Amino acid sequence: MANKLIGEMDLLKRISNIFAARNIITAKDALSMTEFELMELLDVGMKEIQSAVRLISEAASPPCQSARSLLEQKVENEYLLGHLPTHLKGLDSALCGGIPFGVLTELVGPPGIGKSQFCMKLALSASFPKAYGGLDGRVIYIDVESKFSSRRVIEMGLKSFPEVFHLEGMAQEMAGRILVLRPTSLSDFTESIQELKESILKNQVKLLVIDSMTALLSGENKPGAQRQQHQLGWHISFLKSLAEFARIPIVVTNQVRSQNRDETSQYSFQAKLKDGFEEHTRTYDSHLVAALGINWAHAVTIRLVLESKSGQRIIKVAKSPMSPPLAFPFHITSEGISLLSDDGAELKGRGINNIHARGHSDMINFNGDCS
Amino acid sequence: METSRLPLSSSIRGKLISAGYTSLSSISSVSSTDLARDVNITDTEAFEILKMANQISGSSSCNGGSSSLVNGAKNAWDMLHEEEALPRITTSCSDLDKILGGGISCRDVTEIGGVPGIGKTQIGIQLSVNVQIPREFGGLGGKAIYIDTEGSFMVERALQIAEACVEDMEEYTGYMHKHFEASQVQMKPRDILENIFYFRVCSYTEQIALVNHLDKFISENKDVKVVIVDSITFHFRQDFDDLAQRTRVLSEMALKFMKLAKKFSLAVTTKYTEGSFQLALALGDSWSHSCTNRVILYWNGDERYAYIDKSPSLPSASASYTVTSRGLRNSSSSSKRVKMM
Repeated sequence: MANKLIGEMDLLKRISNIFAARNIITAKDALSMTEFELMELLDVGMKEIQSAVRLISEAASPPCQSARSLLEQKVENEYLLGHLPTHLKGLDSALCGGIPFGVLTELVGPPGIGKSQFCMKLALSASFPKAYGGLDGRVIYIDVESKFSSRRVIEMGLKSFPEVFHLEGMAQEMAGRILVLRPTSLSDFTESIQELKESILKNQVKLLVIDSMTALLSGENKPGAQRQQHQLGWHISFLKSLAEFARIPIVVTNQVRSQNRDETSQYSFQAKLKDGFEEHTRTYDSHLVAALGINWAHAVTIRLVLESKSGQRIIKVAKSPMSPPLAFPFHITSEGISLLSDDGAELKGRGINNIHARGHSDMINFNGDCS
Repeated sequence: METSRLPLSSSIRGKLISAGYTSLSSISSVSSTDLARDVNITDTEAFEILKMANQISGSSSCNGGSSSLVNGAKNAWDMLHEEEALPRITTSCSDLDKILGGGISCRDVTEIGGVPGIGKTQIGIQLSVNVQIPREFGGLGGKAIYIDTEGSFMVERALQIAEACVEDMEEYTGYMHKHFEASQVQMKPRDILENIFYFRVCSYTEQIALVNHLDKFISENKDVKVVIVDSITFHFRQDFDDLAQRTRVLSEMALKFMKLAKKFSLAVTTKYTEGSFQLALALGDSWSHSCTNRVILYWNGDERYAYIDKSPSLPSASASYTVTSRGLRNSSSSSKRVKMM
């Protein structure tokens, strides 16, 4: 839309020639300047500029749709109303069916908590035929940290869906649908996802998993957190538009980092209001925050926080426009992740966003500093 | 007024100045044929220049009364009547409505900001449903435009909120007619969704194009009473290289929104996403000057609060609210008093 050529719009020939003479060829060029600037540049009267801009804007505007037709489109076209079931009953009902299509879903948590396990299970279930609750399509798994293990995936398949997996050749076909990419740098990754845009529709790709987004940036040598976040800016919009355009779910994992001591966590007027509330966020417990910054946090639609509190692993729906803030205890078995209880505990308040990492040292050994 | 300040193309301006017409008064005192001959332009061009000069100098015939002093001005007393009769859109949370003076006002641009996950999109969806409440129930009976730049509009959630709204209306009619049973209401949830015009904007060019086009769109759909922009800053943070250019384009967009709000008497609610708690918006200080009202949503302990940060007529105050499966509602905590500064 932005790159629509002015020459192809309904403008008077004389006006569009003037635009072209000054190198304003696409709608983007014309609309990036204010009307006064255009008038100066093109030496044309205000009225003519205004009507030209009006015509260009009308041509470059996105189309209108009523919310009702959006809903009907979803119901007709999308399988399972546009959600990928995770096979975790409590989580699926909280998310109205599963991981939604067309948006970014983020998994964030401390190391060793089970994010990659969750992703592998999702990749597997997406490759299944529709009769078994899958999407019957290919999966692209971008594995930055080499955490993908085919042996583990097959083990998960055998244990959790034995009736499917023991069929002749099924294991090979299912595993064959998961395509693993291992980019070595951010530019590598950028290239790969750009190529993906065309091939996704052609090759029936139904799920994209990126594990993990943070690792891509940590390899770069640019100093400072600000720079890193700015680099990601393009990737954020690209991934979002890719998800929407192809109507597929995109699942991304994110790591955690320690909170800086001098990071403010209040607005200036909060101090004045004196509601008598105690600051809880300074306790040692919740000194972890999600990496990748606030732009990323705004861009994801669903955020699932995995954490461990007093030895119990918990998965929380921290950000979701359609669900209440629920937390489910889980553990990792040979089948993958399974919930210990399908009724989530509702966590009101901002505790849902805190990330705890105490006491799950059975997968990772903290040297004495066992928190 | 100097000729060099007039909104004319530079070649015509150059001709006027070299012919000696350096001020507005010199132009308005001459007839169009004389002007055309003197300056060497066509008659129609001269006529246009004179028309514009007259408009600017305010010597055209005006409506009598005290506003004849300055063309286009209204006196404050007349405006008072307008302000009091101003319709407002409820947020479904009475505490929030109270600090907003009754709801989101229908002639201003209101900005809503806050950390991710606090409920900005929820308020947007709630408003696009509430604007449709029919007049019999105290609403505006209007339609909504939802401009989505980030893809955060989830239609299932809008359906949930619309269903809850219809249920509330049915209960209310039952109560009013003393049946104490819910009775049928004309509006159905799908009809509510039908009246939300959804635009998905994928780049800043489309955003600017859409804002320019909205004038025509709203003239054709006169029932639109609220425009929700979610969020206004998303595309502008990424692509612009020339920051000064970005500021200019954004200020023009802000002005256009304000004009739209005033012209069609509708509320414009925009969401901005913040970089930090310092209230320095991602778009710079010049943006902060352009909006009329600003509401900030924040966490206070375990509750969500809204704070009126900037408003020409409302005092700074904060109130708590919750987000339930039915939409925005009052929070049920015992300490829910509206806190005034």
